[in-house]
Amino acid sequence: MNSLINIYWLGVKELKSLLSDVVMVLFLIYAFTAAIYVQSTGTSSEVNNASIAFVDEDDSGLSQELINAFFPPRFQAPELISAQDIDVAMDRGQYMFVVSIPPRFELDLRAAKKPQIQLNIDATAMQQAGIGANYIKNILNDRISNFMSRQDKTNEQPIQLVVRKMFNPNGTSSWFTSVVAIINQISLLTVVLTGAAVIREREHGTLEHLLVMPLNAFEIALAKVWSNGLVILLATTLSLYAVVYQALQVPIAGSVPLWLFGVVLYLFFATALGIFLGTISRSMAQFALLIILVIVVLQLLSGGNTPVESQPDWLQYFTYLLPSRHFVSFSQIIIYRGGGLSAVWQHFLVVASVGIGFFAYSLQLFRKSIAVTK
Amino acid sequence: MKLGLLRLRQLPPRPQKLDLIFMEVPPVISIQGVVHRYGKTLALNSVNLDIPAGKMVGLIGPDGVGKSTLLGLIAGAKRMQEGRIDVLGGDIADANHRRIVCPRIAYMPQGLGKNLYLELSVRDNIDFMARLFGLSRSERLAKIDELLQATGLGPFPQRPAGKLSGGMKQKVGLCGALVHEPDLLILDEPTTGVDPLSRQQFWTLIDDIRRDLPSMSVLISTAYMDEAQRWDWIVAMDDGQVLSTGTPAELMAKTGTADLERCFIKLLPDEKQQGHQELTIPPRTSNAEIAIDAKGLTRRFGDFVAVDRVTLSIERGEIFGFLGSNGCGKSTTMKMLTGLLPATEGTATIFGSSVEAGSLEVRKNLGYMTQAFSLYGELTVRENLILDARLYHIPPGKAKARIDELVDKFGLLILDEPTSGVDPIARDSFWELLIDLSRNQGVTIFVTTHFMNEGMRCDRISLMHAGRVLACDAPQKLVSDRGAPNLEEAFIGYMEDAIAETKTQSAPKPNSEASTAKDPHPTSEPVGMPGKKGSHGSSPWLGAKRMLAYAANEANQIIRDPVRLAFAFIGSSLMMLVFGYGITTDIENIRFAVLDYDQSPQSRAYVQQFAAAVPYFEMKAPVTSPDEALDRLKSDDVSLVLEIPPGFGRDLKRDRRPEVLAQVDAAMTFRGETVAQYVQGIHNRMLNEAATVMSSRSSRYVAEIEDRYMYNPTFESLYSIVPSVPALLLVLIPAILMAVSIVREKELGSMINFYVTPTRKMEYLLGKQLPYILISMVNYFILCAMALFVFGVEMKGSFLALTACTLLYVTATTGIGMAVSTFTSSQVAAVFITAIVTMLPTIQFSGLLQPVSTLTGNAKVVGTLWPTTYYMHSSVGAYTKGLSPFLMLQDMLFLAVSIPVLWAIAWLGLRKQEV
Repeated sequence: MNSLINIYWLGVKELKSLLSDVVMVLFLIYAFTAAIYVQSTGTSSEVNNASIAFVDEDDSGLSQELINAFFPPRFQAPELISAQDIDVAMDRGQYMFVVSIPPRFELDLRAAKKPQIQLNIDATAMQQAGIGANYIKNILNDRISNFMSRQDKTNEQPIQLVVRKMFNPNGTSSWFTSVVAIINQISLLTVVLTGAAVIREREHGTLEHLLVMPLNAFEIALAKVWSNGLVILLATTLSLYAVVYQALQVPIAGSVPLWLFGVVLYLFFATALGIFLGTISRSMAQFALLIILVIVVLQLLSGGNTPVESQPDWLQYFTYLLPSRHFVSFSQIIIYRGGGLSAVWQHFLVVASVGIGFFAYSLQLFRKSIAVTK
Repeated sequence: MKLGLLRLRQLPPRPQKLDLIFMEVPPVISIQGVVHRYGKTLALNSVNLDIPAGKMVGLIGPDGVGKSTLLGLIAGAKRMQEGRIDVLGGDIADANHRRIVCPRIAYMPQGLGKNLYLELSVRDNIDFMARLFGLSRSERLAKIDELLQATGLGPFPQRPAGKLSGGMKQKVGLCGALVHEPDLLILDEPTTGVDPLSRQQFWTLIDDIRRDLPSMSVLISTAYMDEAQRWDWIVAMDDGQVLSTGTPAELMAKTGTADLERCFIKLLPDEKQQGHQELTIPPRTSNAEIAIDAKGLTRRFGDFVAVDRVTLSIERGEIFGFLGSNGCGKSTTMKMLTGLLPATEGTATIFGSSVEAGSLEVRKNLGYMTQAFSLYGELTVRENLILDARLYHIPPGKAKARIDELVDKFGLLILDEPTSGVDPIARDSFWELLIDLSRNQGVTIFVTTHFMNEGMRCDRISLMHAGRVLACDAPQKLVSDRGAPNLEEAFIGYMEDAIAETKTQSAPKPNSEASTAKDPHPTSEPVGMPGKKGSHGSSPWLGAKRMLAYAANEANQIIRDPVRLAFAFIGSSLMMLVFGYGITTDIENIRFAVLDYDQSPQSRAYVQQFAAAVPYFEMKAPVTSPDEALDRLKSDDVSLVLEIPPGFGRDLKRDRRPEVLAQVDAAMTFRGETVAQYVQGIHNRMLNEAATVMSSRSSRYVAEIEDRYMYNPTFESLYSIVPSVPALLLVLIPAILMAVSIVREKELGSMINFYVTPTRKMEYLLGKQLPYILISMVNYFILCAMALFVFGVEMKGSFLALTACTLLYVTATTGIGMAVSTFTSSQVAAVFITAIVTMLPTIQFSGLLQPVSTLTGNAKVVGTLWPTTYYMHSSVGAYTKGLSPFLMLQDMLFLAVSIPVLWAIAWLGLRKQEV
């Protein structure tokens, strides 16, 4: 009981010293509002404003119709170039796509000779090259069959395919990126706040102050966990409501309390990580450098940026132990797909057990570091 | 300059005739109406002062009265706000005058070894300063040896400055200041926190130097009033104003006091003196109860013995003083007594119960106040507030109530240097409080201090040096035992004995600090080498030398800092692995399930087309109902459900164009989009190929679209990610390291060296940049090797051209770090701001994920201006497109242009003076 009171008061102290750090508070506010908004609206995985050029050696009515099929905002207005310019233009990165329509294209098509259109793709533009190429192919196919069915009614596909995009019918990328942005901010700021709290105490000599008082390492550490965790939890909740739900109009399919419960589990891990990094680094500067390395790993491999399924198998076994990966997974399940506890309990379990294990380890380290504090 | 060897005993007073000579000389420093503010705080309040030349001038006053600010302004390290200071015949606010006179001024800032590079050795530190002042190699060698010998640092030129004791650090600082033979030596609290013996040696050293350089003016500040007693001329300061000036004798005569401390109190305005009275200590009645009992306490850190067999016994109600310099083991002993630190050997008990680390019982009985008393609110240790209340002149009545509270709670107060930097009156009132606690409340007080006069107020003191208690008794008794005139002399006597004892035990060292003088009057050679003073000129060669001095210094520091070194090299390799394997846009192994209402050969054939598309699709157990389909999509069991309607086969045959529904999980948009395109693609291909079951009636009029994935025919993301990762890492890591290296100097204080030496801004910036360009190039080669050997990505274009391009790029990216460093003041801020500033445009707008040609608006502007865009183009081009050097030339041109722009920003942002 006494222990609980201690943890409570120490945590309150932690909150007060955070509140008095104006720069940190401003950074926190920025990180959970503007930064998320910018991040989620800034880039998109959809093809947008793609640069395209045509080499029109046919110069027929059909080729004109094909060129006119590409227009903003998805594509920039197509430019016409000559065949020998293709390589240089693509080497310079001027165009992502160059479509080359051969001579006698329309005539060959009418003669059912299956003429060939060449689609040159700058494959170095990874995220858009694949999707864009498929778009272009579909558009071209559509236009061609449309053009031909005006002459020949039988030229229709025997099976119709209806693709329904579930959970995000228009493929609005901000739906996904906004939540990933929150997740990334949670990881970063929780680790920074907790770790900085540990180091600040050590640098200012107040840690020793606490240590001569009737307190133990567990209480000190747990106070940091709850107070910093609470701040982040509040910021997350507000951000989810104000930025994601209100400003970005992302519909939330599942239960928010369930998601927040998951966040709490994750926070436990993240604060433990903060204590761990704060303990092993000797100064703020070292801590900052370490964080950069750790956060990059935590974020990039979480599946928030590129799909986990695409990682090599051996890497997937490793990332299975990363709580951030499960955080991204259960967030998707709850927020977009509206999944319930039955769909996420496994993720929760992994996050919680890794979190507890890591907390125990960090605590031990923290205790040891106190013992050798100079 | 040849210095005499050190002598231990104090010098006789300086001959009076010198004073007469220098009275005719114009003042070395003339201060008129100087006002200095930090925000709303007034640090200097219209100071007017003429400081006579060729004298030892002392600036006395407690901390926070503006001494350091004034010295910083005089040294030209701080920017003037109001008023005028003439130093060595010119206005110090004038940059040209500063450049001319700064080689004649030496400035040692406050704080033990504050302007030293703690990782660097003693010799490297001094050598660095000498190089900044343009001394030639042979001059440096001779000069440094001479100074090292004179200061007793001779035996350990290679020891890192961070591992020296406080007194030795100050000596290194002094060597660095004297290496260019200044005319004006400014020392800001050089002896604060230094043990009495080192302190005495330090003053002897200064006296020797002055004997050799009689024309040199020395300006010193101190909080120890007793030190100033022997100086030529005193400026007493309080609250940003000059109280009085004159020789110590004059000042004491004026106030009718016998020592400077009392004299200072008398000089204070009346309202400050109010309520102050001479401190009297009532005698203590002996008490049999033992509060603290320590037996043979020893603490080792590795080989280093911090505390060596300390035995103490302190009675209840006693005021026990612990005297010693910084780093002598006082704090460690206290930590063992409080149970903060377990003892390696020995035992300690507090009120009879044993102290063990973690024992909460004991801690409830004591209050502990650390040296750095930064506090958090009322909820923790209350006595801090009471002490503060006293220190900051809160009415005693208010404090009283809290004291009662304190006494109820704590039977023992442990105070670690509670009065450092506090003015004498506040110190006295603090002591009144302690005496009251001890005498009237029976509280045991254990206090450490380095003020000797505070030591005299204790019931008993122990003198500590190098981890050992030298003597322990009532202060008066210690003084009379040694027959010394005061406690300081007595302490020095005990220390000499201890040193002599260790020397007889070990082999005697010829150059030991305590060696006595052979030649009290050294044959002074003519001071200064002819022409040397001119070497600070503006010749470009000298500038290059200073730049190289900075470069060598920086390189030396990084090599000795394992964390930064690891970040530089391991960091980039690690990130290359994570990015290379972690960022991938290849979508494979899409798990899908089928809800087949038809179960006809046609439907199975349709599904088979998907199942056969390995490795893109992977079929899972079929779905039996729409609800199950949704559930499995929700729980991420499958990402695609194909729903084939009843009568699919029949309708197909009858040409009724049946409709297949593909439900794609689009929660992750990019992936959803790709899956949708794949489905469409397979569907189309199936229908266009004549031979399939589906194509009983294939459409005749179709065009074939042949896609040519240029530069990466297999369209694996590895081939485009691997070449773009170096572009990312070579901006992030160099920029961060660069920013940290400059901000670190600002934060730790060694930036002062830049302020007060003739180093120009550009020399400083380039010197700092050079090592990081080198590190980045090494990194580039590591990354190239990894791309080839780990990821198997070969470079198709010219390696040489890309290397040249990289050189320009890392020069630009370190330039970004420099630019950021000019507006950040803490290392943490530098790291995060640099990371944010570099990562955002690099990831979003430089073509990593989205080609720059597709950006619009502001994003396009940023993308066009950001150097990474151009390097990314060259790097990806060189790897995948076999880009010709000619096409890279444009990128190089842009990068080359961006470098001077970044230099200009850093140059404008860098201050040659502290604000």
